Amino acid sequence: MESKNIIISGVGGQGIILASELLALVAMEEGYDVKKSEVHGMSQRGGSVVSHVRIGDKVYSPLIEEGTADAILAFEKAEALRWIHYLHPESGVVIVNDLEIVPTMVAIGLDTYPEDVEGAISSIASKYHIVDGLKYAREAGNERTVNVVLLGVLSTYLPFSEETWLSVIERRVPRAIEENKKAFLLGRGISSK
Amino acid sequence: MTKLLLSGNEAAAHGAYEAGVHVAAAYPGTPSTEILETIAKFPEVDAEWSPNEKVAFEVALGAAIAGARAMVSMKHVGLNVAADPFFSASYTGVNGGLVVITADDPGMHSSQNEQDNRRYGKFAKVPVIEPSDPQEVYEFIQKAFDISEEFDTPVLFRLTTRISHTKGVVVASGERKEVPVKPYKKDIEKYVIIPSHARKRHYVVEERTEKLREFANRTELNRIEWRDTDLGIITDSVAYQYAREVFPNASILKLGLVWPFPVELAREFRDKVKRLYVIEELEPFIEEELRFYGIHVDVGKDKVPMIEELTPSRVRVALTGVELPHPEPQKSVIRPPALCPGCPHTGVFFNLAKLRAHVTGDIGCYTLGVLPPLSAMDTTICMGASVGNAFGFEKAQGKKFAKKTVGVIGDSTFLHNGITGLIDIVYNKGISTIVILDNRTTAMTGHQPHPATGKTAKGEETQSIDFEKLVRAIGINHVTKVDPHDLKATYKALKNAMEAEEPAVVIAERACALLPEERKAAAKRPKKYIDAEACRGDKCHLCLRLGCPAIGVDENLKAKIDPLLCVGCELCIQTCPFDAIHPEEVK
Repeated sequence: MESKNIIISGVGGQGIILASELLALVAMEEGYDVKKSEVHGMSQRGGSVVSHVRIGDKVYSPLIEEGTADAILAFEKAEALRWIHYLHPESGVVIVNDLEIVPTMVAIGLDTYPEDVEGAISSIASKYHIVDGLKYAREAGNERTVNVVLLGVLSTYLPFSEETWLSVIERRVPRAIEENKKAFLLGRGISSK
Repeated sequence: MTKLLLSGNEAAAHGAYEAGVHVAAAYPGTPSTEILETIAKFPEVDAEWSPNEKVAFEVALGAAIAGARAMVSMKHVGLNVAADPFFSASYTGVNGGLVVITADDPGMHSSQNEQDNRRYGKFAKVPVIEPSDPQEVYEFIQKAFDISEEFDTPVLFRLTTRISHTKGVVVASGERKEVPVKPYKKDIEKYVIIPSHARKRHYVVEERTEKLREFANRTELNRIEWRDTDLGIITDSVAYQYAREVFPNASILKLGLVWPFPVELAREFRDKVKRLYVIEELEPFIEEELRFYGIHVDVGKDKVPMIEELTPSRVRVALTGVELPHPEPQKSVIRPPALCPGCPHTGVFFNLAKLRAHVTGDIGCYTLGVLPPLSAMDTTICMGASVGNAFGFEKAQGKKFAKKTVGVIGDSTFLHNGITGLIDIVYNKGISTIVILDNRTTAMTGHQPHPATGKTAKGEETQSIDFEKLVRAIGINHVTKVDPHDLKATYKALKNAMEAEEPAVVIAERACALLPEERKAAAKRPKKYIDAEACRGDKCHLCLRLGCPAIGVDENLKAKIDPLLCVGCELCIQTCPFDAIHPEEVK
């Protein structure tokens, strides 16, 4: 397999670390080398969070280079823009949750929220999905499964079997296992439409 | 052998466990915390959260002198706190192996500086081992215990954020090597370092360093990877991984034992390559060694950045001048971390801002009180410094100024290093006010227990320190306990304490909103809603001054509460002069 670089980004508390953990485990169980890197601590308290996941026959750097991400999976729209320069300029795909979380800094007038996020993404990425994650998560029976819905979309761009994905979800998701499996399959169905 | 997906920190715990470590001690600090959390799960290991890094070090050293394999872990600045016993331990040596883990934070993701603790190893004359990914962490730490015992020295095991918090595939045996605790032998010339003994020990230390230097040339921790010899690279830690990405064809001397420096190995490498680059994060540590020994370096810190962490992109641009094609960076939005909805610290900082207090701050979640809109902090220096800083403010500016000054410090931080400062205020007749932000946990690093929580690292019940009794015993007579979710009572407690003609302590006690019991309580409380009719919008915006992430504004600039984020704490209701916030939606 050509090596794969995936950025997962969002706001602290959205399940970014769990999503990158599931992805890394699936890759490992499919026999690949994998490294994933993120920063804990200060950055968790409602701040911007990013996880780099690299998969291949042999992975050296835990960090992705700018311009080499095969996919950006963002759980919030401005958090897709924040990392967009990491995207491979020709072949990168952006999968973004249709959600805007407006930080306090904007409410108190110290910054503005970017206006046309979809326009900016569409002008940069040749392939992108804006996914109403909450809608599918509700359909799956649990609003907290948005992260797994988005993983489902991502999974169609990766050569890993559905069985491995479902088996890892079953073993590593702490609660609402059936809902998470359903959320994954709903997400996996989206891009094939 | 099993394949595991482990972080560098988890790999350190697994490796140490398999190396037969008996005693582990630590104080939490990002990025080191998960080492002790992981090893505490192994029943064979006596693992403790200590009140601070110095105590943790002394416990581990005592255990090592008494014959056990011991490990102490901390973040880079923790070694500043533990520096005193660290330097002495170099002279005493060990009996059972002693591994000291420092988790450095290049880039300062969660720290106040980016000191390079390789220098501590050289400074204290203690060997420094550096792995470059989780698999090496697992393997090298087992060797570190052997080296410690073979050379009778503590070993400094240096991780960085990108090692500690990178998860990778680790092939582990899962089997513990049982190393019996060695018999204890009293040896005062070794372990009592009065001057007459210490002078002799210094000779032993220098002899040891020479033996280790010779060992560094032949250990498998240092290895040469021969590829194209037009370019040779000497590198260590995660910088090795970046070197492999950017220069896949170069020959590499990869250092795992970076001090004492393997001079002969480096010379052999230099002689066979045309050009020599040194790629290392932060300080020119390797480069200085090379230059000291007269080994020519073609490119080092003249090109490779010394400030902030390296990335493969930064290494590529610095050393090749070529940037990979990438889309233009786009403007996103400022999204710093913030105090959580329902955070008990919010009530204190909201009032300190209202009182226009000079606030000497400390290290913890509450350091976020510095950010707007709370903007209620003047200094943050290091663990415990708020207390001494407040007293220093008083000494410089006098009593009137002191009555406008408070030091704020968390419960865990107060026990770490705040008590001694408070003793100083009492002893030297100050009138400073100190607020203990007692949220019943070490919140910033992910809810570790401490000596006032009644729980140990192993989850066992234990004694719990009573802050009120403690500060009264020190000699503080003006002590007030208050619930920081009661804004008026908190204001009054702070004001009275600040105005007192004696040293005063306010204990603002309420559990962290992220603790499981608090989350459960929050789930039962009704969410709060804004009555847009009653809200005066940007003519008021008092509730926004809380900085609560759940409170924003609508298109008419009226306040709006996000029901997904609201935890129903009612702080905002207390700020509203127009009765516009209610526990139910106004239709």
